[in-house]
Amino acid sequence: MLLRRLGLTDVRSYDHATLEFAPGVTVLIGPNAQGKTNLLEAINRAATGGSHRVASDAPLVRLGAEVGAIRAELETDASRRRTLELEVGSGRRTRTRVDGQDVRRAAEALGVLRVVLFAPEDVAIVRGDPGERRRFLDDLLSQRRPAYAAARAEYDRALRQRNQLLKQARGLSPRARSAASSTLEVWTEQLVTYGTQVVAARVAAVRALAAPTDRAYRDLADRPEAIGLAYRCSAGPLPDDGGAVPAPAEVAAALRGALLEVEDDERARGMTLVGPHRDDLDLTIGALPARGYASHGEVWSLALALKLASYEVLAEVGDRPIVLLDDVFAELDTTRRQRLAAACARFDQVLVTAAVEEDVPLTGARVEVTVEDGVSRLRPRPAGEAGAA
Amino acid sequence: MYEGAVQDLIDELGRLPGVGPKSAQRIAFFLLQADLVDATRLAEAITRVKQTVRFCSRCFNIAEAEQCRVCRDPRRDDTVLCVVEEARDVVAIERTREYRGRYHVLGGAISPIDGIGPDELHITELLHRLDREPVEEVIIATNPNVEGEATASFLSRQLDGRAVRVTRLASGLPVGGDLDYADEVTLSRAFVGRQDLRGRGTREVR
Repeated sequence: MLLRRLGLTDVRSYDHATLEFAPGVTVLIGPNAQGKTNLLEAINRAATGGSHRVASDAPLVRLGAEVGAIRAELETDASRRRTLELEVGSGRRTRTRVDGQDVRRAAEALGVLRVVLFAPEDVAIVRGDPGERRRFLDDLLSQRRPAYAAARAEYDRALRQRNQLLKQARGLSPRARSAASSTLEVWTEQLVTYGTQVVAARVAAVRALAAPTDRAYRDLADRPEAIGLAYRCSAGPLPDDGGAVPAPAEVAAALRGALLEVEDDERARGMTLVGPHRDDLDLTIGALPARGYASHGEVWSLALALKLASYEVLAEVGDRPIVLLDDVFAELDTTRRQRLAAACARFDQVLVTAAVEEDVPLTGARVEVTVEDGVSRLRPRPAGEAGAA
Repeated sequence: MYEGAVQDLIDELGRLPGVGPKSAQRIAFFLLQADLVDATRLAEAITRVKQTVRFCSRCFNIAEAEQCRVCRDPRRDDTVLCVVEEARDVVAIERTREYRGRYHVLGGAISPIDGIGPDELHITELLHRLDREPVEEVIIATNPNVEGEATASFLSRQLDGRAVRVTRLASGLPVGGDLDYADEVTLSRAFVGRQDLRGRGTREVR
């Protein structure tokens, strides 16, 4: 898919800006703090329902404005024109329109615009807490299947309800607690129902990511070591049917059994101790766990390889995504820059931000981003007027 | 701030669900300019609803007498009982004019976050009714969300071992619409709940 035109009104550092995009590479150039990342962030927000920098929509709105509007004009792989419009603001419901029609649920707009974003923050997927890896899988799955986002939200709801019940039950007399336990069974069943959907989908995603991640890593890294991906379930190891995705009934049984085992502990601590909210994705380089053992360069290569693999997984079903590379080239040495540039050649559209143009060994359109009178301005450089590179 | 009575009215209106301070002010000024007759009629409607309307002693639907309109109707089928969360769900099902059984209104759904457990709902009363009334099928029609499903699951456990058929409303596609207009979540639920086309008996609607 292609992003043909982007309009931003009162988003971050932009008051009014529109930009036309061509297929292939577009490099946004400018010194730091001029609004390059803001532009990619807006595209990512429209595509995935979230920002890669902040948890809420409030910072996305330009200071002093109430509502920020993002408008993306797209062209699908089948050459169909589509539009995606969002109005975001703090403490208000996001208004989303697809092809001019309001959508009832924001989840319905997920996947209309498909992107894979890689930013320096993504090294956290390799180096950070398990939550970072869960979020990586969840974001990927939400873009691939809108129903996943719904199942994930329902799981969270059931989890909050169950935690609340466990917390309440802590202070109760034994008699009152036994009355509450019949309700707990019900919430356990809800947790298992939605948790099974989440776990099964994540296991499938991990299996689908494994081969392309390994391939991408070999293309990028100096030492082509084998990459291992394994979904670690807090409910214990899932039955492995030689690469096949475990049947929902098996996942459900594993979850149910594990919850039963920790029941006393859960009652004592007043929280749910087993489920997809405590699972992890184990990453290994060669024989060693990536977290804690990998060098800076290896962490970067693996994080990037996971994102390039996400592209493959997304492109399997539906339109090929747009690739967004935020400030990535500056962090890589010359060899890796060349390798990443080579990998970019097979993408339909790549949007890149860079402070130093010479860092990006890619031919394509150039847009200068500068702040004037306190707001970001976009100035496409006419073709033929190439920079120093 | 306005003078006494006007501000009191704005404050009271502002406590209503879905009415913010701006709307409260607009409604207050509308009433201020309205005829005394109109304003009195509204005031009387509010007073009358509080004085005369209560909850049905049998099913907890809204009633203007000891029992609600459905419970008093001798033509309704006593063998089917539809369990809903709120009285407004009764109205929704009644609009279909398809259902001829009785109702039982729970008064909400199980939600620990909101402090609602089974004891806060009319579940004990439901079990008493099943002891007394000739019910053969209980249709659980709680909302198809996390809390509604949990409540349905709780009820189904409570009814375990009783000689009644327990059913749950289906989730699926809206009728008369195009498939490509259905939202993804509904559509994927419909996929999960798909039915065999061959050998499917049409169920008698009571």
